[in-house]
Amino acid sequence: MSLEDVQSVVLVGVGGQGILLASEVLAQAAVLSGHRVKTNEVHGMAQRGGSVVAQIRWGPEVYSPLVAYGTARVLGALEQIEALRYAHYLDPNGLAVVSTQAIMPMTVSTGEAIYPKDVPGLLRRSFSRLIYLDAAQAALDLGEIRAANMVVLGAVSTGLDIAIEDWRKAIATSVKERFVEINLRAFEAGRSFS
Amino acid sequence: MLACLISGNEAIARGAYEAGVTVATGYPGTPSTEILESLSRHKDEVYCEWSPNEKVAFEVAAAASLANARSIVTMKHVGLNVAADPLMTLSYLGVEGGFVACVADDPGMHSSQNEQDTRHYARLAKVPLFEPSDSQEARDLMLLAMEISEEYRTLTILRSTTRVSHSRSLVDLGERKPAGRKIGFVKNPPRYVPIPVWGRVMRRDVEERMGKLVRAAETSSANRMEWRDRSLGIITSSIAYQYVREVWPEASVLKLGFSYPFPDSLLLEFASQVDSVLVVEELDPILEEHVRSLGISCRGGDVVPKVGELSPDRLLAARMRMEGRKPAMDAGLKALPPRPAVLCPGCPHRGIFYVLGRMDVVVTGDIGCYSLGAFKPLDRMDTILCMGAGVSMAQGLEKAGDPRKVVGIVGDSTFFHSGITGLLDIAYNRGESTILVLDNRTTAMTGHQENPGTGRTLMGEVVEPISIEAIGRACGIDRVRTIDPYDLEAVSVAVREEVEAFAPSLIVARAPCPLKEGRRLGAIRVVDEDACKGCRICIGLACPAIEWLGESARINPFLCMGCGLCQGICPAGAIAPQEADS
Repeated sequence: MSLEDVQSVVLVGVGGQGILLASEVLAQAAVLSGHRVKTNEVHGMAQRGGSVVAQIRWGPEVYSPLVAYGTARVLGALEQIEALRYAHYLDPNGLAVVSTQAIMPMTVSTGEAIYPKDVPGLLRRSFSRLIYLDAAQAALDLGEIRAANMVVLGAVSTGLDIAIEDWRKAIATSVKERFVEINLRAFEAGRSFS
Repeated sequence: MLACLISGNEAIARGAYEAGVTVATGYPGTPSTEILESLSRHKDEVYCEWSPNEKVAFEVAAAASLANARSIVTMKHVGLNVAADPLMTLSYLGVEGGFVACVADDPGMHSSQNEQDTRHYARLAKVPLFEPSDSQEARDLMLLAMEISEEYRTLTILRSTTRVSHSRSLVDLGERKPAGRKIGFVKNPPRYVPIPVWGRVMRRDVEERMGKLVRAAETSSANRMEWRDRSLGIITSSIAYQYVREVWPEASVLKLGFSYPFPDSLLLEFASQVDSVLVVEELDPILEEHVRSLGISCRGGDVVPKVGELSPDRLLAARMRMEGRKPAMDAGLKALPPRPAVLCPGCPHRGIFYVLGRMDVVVTGDIGCYSLGAFKPLDRMDTILCMGAGVSMAQGLEKAGDPRKVVGIVGDSTFFHSGITGLLDIAYNRGESTILVLDNRTTAMTGHQENPGTGRTLMGEVVEPISIEAIGRACGIDRVRTIDPYDLEAVSVAVREEVEAFAPSLIVARAPCPLKEGRRLGAIRVVDEDACKGCRICIGLACPAIEWLGESARINPFLCMGCGLCQGICPAGAIAPQEADS
């Protein structure tokens, strides 16, 4: 085997946006498709409204749970400037899936820092393959804002070789029963953005 | 059995379960918390408790071991400082039932106040150390640590790190095997009472045990040589092993899972069979210094960073430095606004800091969600040292003669952990500080664990909540009052009165954590942009739901928890509850 057979995805956002659930679903889908899988997620203090990153890797054999810079096949972002913050993880030919959501960091509101101008332009310049979608609106249209993470994951799935049945099964096993249906629909909605 | 994708912490718990552990204790602390939470799912077979602090947890589990039960205790690295006293002498007493102290380090300080390396404690206490590098090893090494503990009658330390504890990987699970040991403490004072006459004998026994343990480590299957190209041999342990395999895929590796006492013969044999040796370890150069002491020349801390956590990228840079190449990739400096953690929308702590921000007092702080009150714009926590220090340091500043009054801040779980003794000191030694307990009815930062004040145990039993006010009075504090932290006027009056009083006082600001309750406190608030005068006073609350748009404030309806603090402080009356859709 070679390390080139290992696939990596980085999911980023702001604490509370459901990054950990999206990471769980992706990891389970990779397991179901027959791979060795490793993940890493942030817990504790970093989750309190801070910048959150989850890393998922799979292949015939995986050592590091952390993704090396420039090697992620897909970067999924639930918040747009978080996509820029972690852009260096993405392979130059990789796919970036970025939701238009903009959650103002406290440092911007206090005047300590400035929110970048022209984020869409920055995103287009940073990523050669970009899906820029309003995941929150798509989720709201389905009646559940909290499913925005599955919308992003649906779009992320279009850049990966994991069978749709494995994604569906992973959602069904990772999400509370009464939310399975809405999450599946959100995931499908995300796929249509490709 | 099918392989399961589980975290390092879940795997440690699984190993303990399979090993037949019947008593498990701990105090929550990132990144260790999920070990005990996960094990408590087996509460029908394993007695689990959140103890008030790590010292108590350690002693409870130690005694269970002396009664012949297999036991574990869990904590984060700094928790072992609190439990260091029983650790050091339990090493002398030894154990009966297997006893494993599970300690999780936090290289990189993701959620901690320091970056100390628990491996020093294994050496200091002269006890065996096990270091898993993934979830499978976390499970396997727990089983081994338990066996070694019983065979050599010593406690053992299982050291995890953030990236082991919070990474998930596939684990082949086994069945639970009851330990089959007869429970019952057998009286034997020379064994269990380390008064000097017996303690000196124990001291010699510890050294003898260490000799035997060296041989155990040298022959353990947890320490293995992986032979590949022999021009470079890397000695490594813990998560660093995983990075090494990706950054130096061609190199030979001596991988240590049973890493203390050092397996000297293995280190020497490995070094003799490779052209050059590199030691890759996270944090302090403990292994490297020992390897050098054996007369082996090696590289290590000269190329591998000793500060902060390792990563594949940092090791790749180390490799390039070793090979005289310039490191190619780096994250680069991006002109992006930092996004530090913040108090959640609706957090009951927010108003306390807001009020303190308008008072000329020194605020000694403590460890918990409320540590976030140190950030701008709240900026109202002047010191943090360790658990409980929010109380005791108030006394120290006052006795030093600081001209300002001092307010000490501590959370509910932290008060029970180690705030009580500080309060006792203030009462006994005639202090006049005001101690504010931010009681949100849970151990929030680590993910909402129970504590003596919540009225529920880890076993799920409903119990009488311990009263912080009653403890304060019992400690000798006469001025004890309880306030609603969302009522800023009441907070302001109470804090001013107590700060001005020439007597020590205890204020309990009590409101449950809304994140735990999972529901809004009131109607979502909205800003009338025409009425907003742009004074930015609401921004001073540091509420993540309130965004500044340049000329006026806006409240993000998806984030607002409806606490109404902003409405209360807006001088223009521009903030009001959102009208119902009807």
